[in-house]
Amino acid sequence: MKQTLRPDLAVIASRIGEGTRVLDIGCGDGELLHWLRDHKKVDGRGIEIDQQLVHQAIARGIPVIQGDVMSDLPHYPDQSYDYAVLSQTLQTMQRPHEVLQQLVRIGKQAIVSVPNFGHWKNRLQLALTGKMPVNKTLSYDWYDTPNIHFCTITDFVILAERLGITVEDRVVVDADGKKTRFTGYGFKANLFGQQGVFLLSKK
Amino acid sequence: MKVSAPYSTRLDLGPAQKGVEVGQLIDITPDSAFRFDCGATMDTLTLAYQTYGTLNAEKSNAILLCHGLTGDQYLVGPHPVTGKDGWWEDLVGPNKLFDTEKYFLIVSNIIGGCLGSTGPKSINPSTGHHYGLDFPVITIADMVRAQALLMDALEIPQLFAVIGGSMGGMLALEWARRYPERVFACAPVCTAARHSAQNIAFHEIGRQAIMADPGWMNGRYIEAGTFPAKGLAVARMTAHVTYLSEIALQQKFGRRLQNKEALGYGFAVDFQVESYLHHQGKSFIERFDPTSYLYITRAMDYFDLEAECGGTLSSAFKNTPTRFCVVSFSSDWLFPTSESRCIVRALNAAAANVSFTEVITDKGHDAFLLDVPAFHATLAGFIGGCAIARGLA
Repeated sequence: MKQTLRPDLAVIASRIGEGTRVLDIGCGDGELLHWLRDHKKVDGRGIEIDQQLVHQAIARGIPVIQGDVMSDLPHYPDQSYDYAVLSQTLQTMQRPHEVLQQLVRIGKQAIVSVPNFGHWKNRLQLALTGKMPVNKTLSYDWYDTPNIHFCTITDFVILAERLGITVEDRVVVDADGKKTRFTGYGFKANLFGQQGVFLLSKK
Repeated sequence: MKVSAPYSTRLDLGPAQKGVEVGQLIDITPDSAFRFDCGATMDTLTLAYQTYGTLNAEKSNAILLCHGLTGDQYLVGPHPVTGKDGWWEDLVGPNKLFDTEKYFLIVSNIIGGCLGSTGPKSINPSTGHHYGLDFPVITIADMVRAQALLMDALEIPQLFAVIGGSMGGMLALEWARRYPERVFACAPVCTAARHSAQNIAFHEIGRQAIMADPGWMNGRYIEAGTFPAKGLAVARMTAHVTYLSEIALQQKFGRRLQNKEALGYGFAVDFQVESYLHHQGKSFIERFDPTSYLYITRAMDYFDLEAECGGTLSSAFKNTPTRFCVVSFSSDWLFPTSESRCIVRALNAAAANVSFTEVITDKGHDAFLLDVPAFHATLAGFIGGCAIARGLA
């Protein structure tokens, strides 16, 4: 079966080894885990809060737990997965820093993708209109959005440092799906990247 | 619908006196006696069971479906006592959730039950009378070990799936804990790893109602020619309320009156909800044995998987190869979602392969027996995914 993954998921999938154990937090309908199972023989598990999506994932044979990330993650044993994945979900969390700490505790490595609020279009929109950016990637009005904790790529790197989390690899994906590896706080990446994908581990 | 309320006129009732069809019978103690958790032994133990579909050559397509407290082996009707449909009638058949062209379904009446399996109303060979209260107190583990002996007799080394709701879910959990290598997939639905204080309390009300009935005769009602119909009906009425939800009762009945325009200023049936409960009580006493009710509720009360495993539920499932799908219903207050979450967390801590969903419904605990498409879709998805993994698809 031919499946095409969302660009950030494709970056994540490319980092995951054959036959590994993966926990996908906020797994939606199980798209990533399904792809990993079929292409990399991955033993995957998901967590998702939306009942409809959970049913869809279970129906594709992906084991998924319907639940709330913050109350469920503490119950997972240390280093019980090769990878803990969080794609485009961190910005919806009440306490993103605690989620990151859980990720590197549960996974030997964590892979996190975040939408980049620092993209030049967002900066320009805010600067010129004086209003919170609303566009294709940030499609919600500020008062009615699941995205309660937006950050930029630079913010994310700083947070990881503060938490003592090692950023082993950092990649930005631009609007065309082009991937660029960057270093440090990613001045340029933070301007032109639409999404950042980070490979993390505990120091 | 007019219901004749006084049960005292129906003392002749009760399934004990009826000779009915019970499906297939098997002696699960051909070689050795059965030892109960309480220490008692029984030389001969019979299980009544039904099967649907055909066992494949590899014997890899068997699904054991575990019935609830007062359920039985009649997954599909007509039920021999009531003439009604079976408890999962609509889910069984070609191309249905439990596809009889693909799977071999087994349902056995639990030990202690009253539809063919050895229970309190069976004849005690040492006295020639019904066991009554001389029947050993049974546990969920006893029921499961008896079912495992049935699988031995049917020469099924591993079940493709063990699935059950409510008490049936307890059996499914016990199966997965006790025989992990014999359970490929396990779906405990609206159940708990241990019976809660509130649930024990409701069971005790039911038991006391039965034993307070003058027809109870200390469990010797068959010999006495009586039947604790009132007590059993009250037990059922109480239990039935716990199977529903407040919103379902309100929507179904509200404060509507039963066949009258005004309040009757008396204690005859005024409200539709009263009439409904009376009807539930009445139909129950025609099909269930009061002593079985005592024993089975007790078995549920005693169920505590955590205690069985030395205090940590996750150790019950350490290194389990079984795939799990835990389901709860949002309006179930008898086995609320929090109970299912306990199971799920323990399975997670054991790094087990587990899915969990809370199905949104106002149908209460009984939702597992009713038409709830989201539940059936989840179960179908789980079974389908496992079938692929097991090479059955």
